[in-house]
Amino acid sequence: MPSEQFDWTFAAMAAPFLAALIAPFAKRVLGANAGWLLALAPAAMFLHFLTLLVPVADGQVLTNGLSWAPQFGVEFSYRLDGLSLLFALLISGIGALIVVYSGAYLKGHEHQGRFFSFILLFMGAMLGLVLADDLITLFIYWELTSITSFLLIGFDHAREASRRAALQALVVTAGGGLCLLAGFLMMIGLLGVGSMSEAIALGESFAADPLYLPILILILLGAFTKSAQFPFHSWLANAMEAPTPVSAYLHSATMVKAGVYLLLRVHPFMGGTEAWTTILPVFGGVTLMAGTFLALRQTDLKLILAYTTIASLGLLVMLAGTSVDTAILGALTYLLAHSLFKGGLFMVAGTVDHEAGSRDIRHLGGLARVMPVTFLAALVCAWSMGGLFVTLGFFAKEAMYDGLLQAGASGQILLAVAVLGNGLMFAAAFAVALIPFIGARPQALAKAHEGPVGLWLGPVLLAIAGVTGIVFASWTQNSLIAPTLMAVAGAEPPMKLSYGIYFNEVLALSAGTWLLGIAAFLALRPLRGAIAGLLSAIGWGPDRGFDQLVSALTNLSAAITRFIQNGDLMRYMTVTFAAFALALLLPLFLFGEWPSWPAAFHLAYYEWAVAGLAVIGLIAVVVARNRLIAIVSLGIQGFAVALIFMLFGAPDLSFTQFMVETLSVVILALVMTRLRLTPSDQRGTLKRTKDATLALACGVGTAALLLAVTGLPFDDRVSEFFAQYSLTIAHGRNIVNVIIVDFRGLDTLGEIGVVLIAGLAVLALLRFPAPWRRRDEDDPYDNTHKEQA
Amino acid sequence: MSTVIFRAIAPYLTALMVLFSIFVLLRGHNNPGGGFIGGLIAASAFAIYGIAYGVPPVRRAMRFHPMQLAAFGLVLAALAGVPSLLVSVPYLTGLWTYPTLFGVELALSTPLVFDIGVYCVVVGTISSIALSLEERER
Repeated sequence: MPSEQFDWTFAAMAAPFLAALIAPFAKRVLGANAGWLLALAPAAMFLHFLTLLVPVADGQVLTNGLSWAPQFGVEFSYRLDGLSLLFALLISGIGALIVVYSGAYLKGHEHQGRFFSFILLFMGAMLGLVLADDLITLFIYWELTSITSFLLIGFDHAREASRRAALQALVVTAGGGLCLLAGFLMMIGLLGVGSMSEAIALGESFAADPLYLPILILILLGAFTKSAQFPFHSWLANAMEAPTPVSAYLHSATMVKAGVYLLLRVHPFMGGTEAWTTILPVFGGVTLMAGTFLALRQTDLKLILAYTTIASLGLLVMLAGTSVDTAILGALTYLLAHSLFKGGLFMVAGTVDHEAGSRDIRHLGGLARVMPVTFLAALVCAWSMGGLFVTLGFFAKEAMYDGLLQAGASGQILLAVAVLGNGLMFAAAFAVALIPFIGARPQALAKAHEGPVGLWLGPVLLAIAGVTGIVFASWTQNSLIAPTLMAVAGAEPPMKLSYGIYFNEVLALSAGTWLLGIAAFLALRPLRGAIAGLLSAIGWGPDRGFDQLVSALTNLSAAITRFIQNGDLMRYMTVTFAAFALALLLPLFLFGEWPSWPAAFHLAYYEWAVAGLAVIGLIAVVVARNRLIAIVSLGIQGFAVALIFMLFGAPDLSFTQFMVETLSVVILALVMTRLRLTPSDQRGTLKRTKDATLALACGVGTAALLLAVTGLPFDDRVSEFFAQYSLTIAHGRNIVNVIIVDFRGLDTLGEIGVVLIAGLAVLALLRFPAPWRRRDEDDPYDNTHKEQA
Repeated sequence: MSTVIFRAIAPYLTALMVLFSIFVLLRGHNNPGGGFIGGLIAASAFAIYGIAYGVPPVRRAMRFHPMQLAAFGLVLAALAGVPSLLVSVPYLTGLWTYPTLFGVELALSTPLVFDIGVYCVVVGTISSIALSLEERER
């Protein structure tokens, strides 16, 4: 694509961020209806990506880049192939529906504008993630999705549970992101691969590199944490603390698929190896099993869906791990189908919660009569989730079973896992879509009614998409699935997408899945009890492990803090000055740089006099019995030094030294009056000797260093430069000032920033009540008071 | 501290020192002086007035919280580098102009603005520390 022409894809990447900017204002003007206006941004993006379907289906890979940090080889670039496009369409299409849904769902919430902003920000981050080509760009978007997810999970920040869930999600996913960064940096620094395009061009030779395995493990850590693979899955279940639109969008359709996206993205150059086909199926299979069992244990609609999402992600990872084309075809179709039905079911759960006031299937029932549209949408979504006829889910299941049959001996185990997992997910799907709607309606739900159009539009459209996707199978295949498969596995689809039913062994497996699912659905109640019993017998899970890890960390840091920051000023000073003395003296000894004593001092009599004044000041400090006198005597020494500066032709320095000495005497004296100190020195002889030794070591070290430095030949290139150009290019005769405000202006800017911050810190310290005035308060770092108490 | 002599002389001393600090600030580019020293002088002036008359009169006379002055200085110094961006030279490059006012040529420059920023930061921070220490003295 020629770069002179305006690139609408960049515009589409920027659009959600702009929409996030205007969202609070739109909310203020239009109220809850702002959702309809804001949904225009993702809708327009969706249309833009639709127009790209044709060139991408022709096999084109659209790329474009802007220079970002050329000195580090970082580019802001995108790569649009079938895989990216499929994700971009899901993000923008479902995103538009979610924004509309949020408008109705959070109607009247005081922070709805903020919510719109967050969700649009997330949309921008997620879109950038799937389009990014440059590895650093990809990483930044990756972490941005973690951060926006943190904001969305913690949206209801007044509740402790949502704060904990938000923090857990951030720690787990951003921590995985750091592993990903390490992997990317290894790719950039050691292999010289800066972007996905370059890596894909390398192809399978990438896997032959000795660094392949560490890079793979780091990237897998990033992908597994993001896509909630066992044992990192607990954050996703806890993320259900977020408002339902967030669960529908981030935690089923988009963000949690980022890990799967990454696996598919790196598949062309990292997939197919022994490590790949071992690690991925194991983790995916375990996650699938754990997810489905935990899902059946739940009674909350959202939690059931959350655990089936974990299971689905496990299934996707497992299928991607086989590296068999047919299985990947199944995975891609399942990915598309899952985004549609799971997004829809989450919205249904939210609508039920919103209109009936409960999400617990034990308290719900008989809503079909009052919420017919929602019920129908739920039923169709569950139909696809259960993999029944004429849905995308059905074909996905057929393809994955076919693929696993081809995967050799280990494929048989995976096949059993997949059948069991799919069967239990079938049960979970209808637990969500049937139980709340059929049977007798409890008295508590008498007021339940159908939601407004904003609440049912999303589920209905997603349900329809799940069916039409397979009705127009050849379009879906040619425009979506085939280009994606080409991008992931470099192969044409081995079987044709269709709603046709073929009587073969795969269909027999499907029938087995359904029978298993129906049995599990009918036995839901005893199963739930059995799993709950089993879990309480185990009594430990990754969720508790997370808490233990966090509390161990905080305990450790508290212990370290207590050790280092024990509150004893004397110890701080001793450590600081001892380190200072060592840093000065050790190198002089080790490298034999001890300076020779200068042969003779050629000083005029007044110079001797000033030096004598300094010495007298010092002696006065040492012998003074009173602290105030010591401070003032220190000032004498400082003034003497200022005089020396003056005599040696540095009026500026001398001037400043005078002012600094004056002010430090004043401020020190003021501080002394504030501190509760005895007016005179109370140290014992031993302590005094120790302190004197330390002081002498520092003094001798500084003097020796100065002697050694001035003993070297003076390199005057820098001073020459300043002297030469101070007037000619900086228009100033005072070189010191010219250096401060012009030549080294940026340094000065930083320094005055430090001055300001130091001032703020001093103010904060002075505002803080003195310890002896707040005995009654609990101070975790102050042991002395606890002992007294 | 607040003897009669000190109290009698403090207002004149303070006024003179503040005036002198501005003089030192402005002459700094060609002669000993500059924003940093000027700021220290002015801060001492406020400290002296505070010791003589107590802190509230100083705070009233300064109108703004000293930290606001410091923050203003930091922003001013940072902004002093912006005009150079507008003429496509690196940030903080000095720019000079010599308008004639009442027949006198004035040398105005972005380093001067920058130096005034430095002056404000130093005055604000140091007098803020000194004043709050004096406040708690009693």
